[in-house]
Order: sequence, then structure tokens, then C-alpha cells
Amino acid sequence: MEENKEANESAGNREPERDGHSVAGDAAYVAELEQLQKVDFALVELTLYLDTHPNDMHALQQFNQLAQRRAHLAHSFEIKYGPLMQFGHSYSRYPWQWYQPPWPWQV
Amino acid sequence: MWIYEKKLQYPVRVSKCDPRMARFLLEQYGGADGELSAALRYLNQRYTIPDKVVGLLNDIGTEEFAHLEMIATMVYKLTKDATPEQLEAAGLGPHFVNHDKALFYENAGGSPWTATYIQAKGDPIADLFEDIAAEEKARATYQWLIDYTDDVDIQDSLKFLREREIVHSMRFKEAVEILKAEQGKKKVF
Repeated sequence: MEENKEANESAGNREPERDGHSVAGDAAYVAELEQLQKVDFALVELTLYLDTHPNDMHALQQFNQLAQRRAHLAHSFEIKYGPLMQFGHSYSRYPWQWYQPPWPWQV
Repeated sequence: MWIYEKKLQYPVRVSKCDPRMARFLLEQYGGADGELSAALRYLNQRYTIPDKVVGLLNDIGTEEFAHLEMIATMVYKLTKDATPEQLEAAGLGPHFVNHDKALFYENAGGSPWTATYIQAKGDPIADLFEDIAAEEKARATYQWLIDYTDDVDIQDSLKFLREREIVHSMRFKEAVEILKAEQGKKKVF
């Protein structure tokens, strides 16, 4: 409980909605975002590695597997919290969700 | 083109309002060896570097913008609740009268960012050695910054960034070897 409270405070005091759904900026959002950040970090690392080791088949397989997992994670994250990307790389519900806070530096 | 993603590369949490630390962090925002310099240096060099290493410069340059956003987030969070008196006590008085709490591309000493911090020689080995040196200098700066704060949350994010400098340096050194091997091949014919 104490840990959750702290996580909420660091998330700009955004409390979950009363019906229990998580909202962008709350503790559950931060935790789910971290799952995505972990996979994305591995993908950044593999990308740079493959740039100088293009013939490493094992790394390439890892890259493709994680790219698929990343797509699933990002999709379920976006359904809950809104689009991660713009210019047509993410969908939006009505009304337009992209411009809504929190922005990364506000979380 | 670039597509923005609405998330940080790595979480940034701060434990307290600390404009003094924010000022020191500006070294990595608009300083000579900072993240803006890094991003602009690599993305500018990539046009004339041999094809074999364009991808690396492109991707590291792109990652640097994610690091720039992390540093900006730290500075923003460390100063957003500060009073003008606290900013002045932290040495940010001259910044405050010019920019209020807005961020600005300047170093910890208040000097604005300048393109003279970065170079592009059109010589791939010279450019890559500059890039390796830049990563090592940034790594050293991150170490000094980690030593300068007792905020464990800030330290955590800074340690992530310090490790990225090490990986980038390693990849640039590999790029040098790739180009040397290419040059060696040409001499055979």
C-alpha cells in the first residue's frame, strides 16, 4: 500500500478513476509503461549491435521476436492509455487523444 | 523523417526540488559534450560517412534525442516548484531573468550552445574518433554528476545514461575497425 501511494505521488498525484480503471499517469500506467520500456531498451541495444554485427543470426532472431512482442505490448497499452505515436502510427478514439496530457516529462 | 513517441526511453523520477542539481545537469543539455551536441554531431556526419556505418550514426544520433528529453525532464522536475530565491541561490538568477523557468540550451556555466562544439571533417576516421572522444567525455560528465547528488532517483537515471555512453563508444570503435577492414581490402587490388 505504502509503495503504491508513493508511486501515485511520483506520477503527479493522478489517482485511478473510481471504477478502478487505470488512467494515464497513475501507478498502473507507470508500471505498464515500464514493461514496454524494458522491451524497447532491448530493441535499441540490439539495433545498435546489429548495425556493427549484421551477420549475427542469433541477435537477429532475438530482434525479430522482441519486435513482435513490442507490437503486442504497445497495442494493449494504447487501448488503455491512448496513442503513443502520431502521424498515423497509432489510432485515436473520439475526441482526438494525441494532444491530451500527460506528456512524458509530466508523469 | 522522425516520429515522436510519447514516452521516455528510461523513467526519470526526482526525490526533491533541487535547482542546484538542475543547473549542473544543464552541462549535458546544452554543453559541449552534452546530448544536443551528440545528436546533431552524428546526424550531420552521417551524410558523408561510408555506407557501412551510416546506420550506426543514424541510430545513435536518434537515441541521443531520447537522452536529451530525459535530461530536460530532470531539469524541469527539479526546478518546477522552486521559488525565484531558490533559483538565485542555486546560481540560476541570470537564467531566471532571461528565461523564467523555461529550459534553454546552455551549459552549467550559462554559456549558450554553439555549433563550434561539434565537427564534421568528411574524413570518416577523424569523425569517428571525435565521436568516440565525445562519448568518453559525456561518460566522465555523467560520473561527476552522479557523484554530485545524493538523490538516488536522479542517480538511477544518470547511471543508465552513463552506461549508454559506454555502449555507444564501443559501437563507434567497432565502426572504426569495419572501415579499416574496408580500406585494407581496397589496397589488395
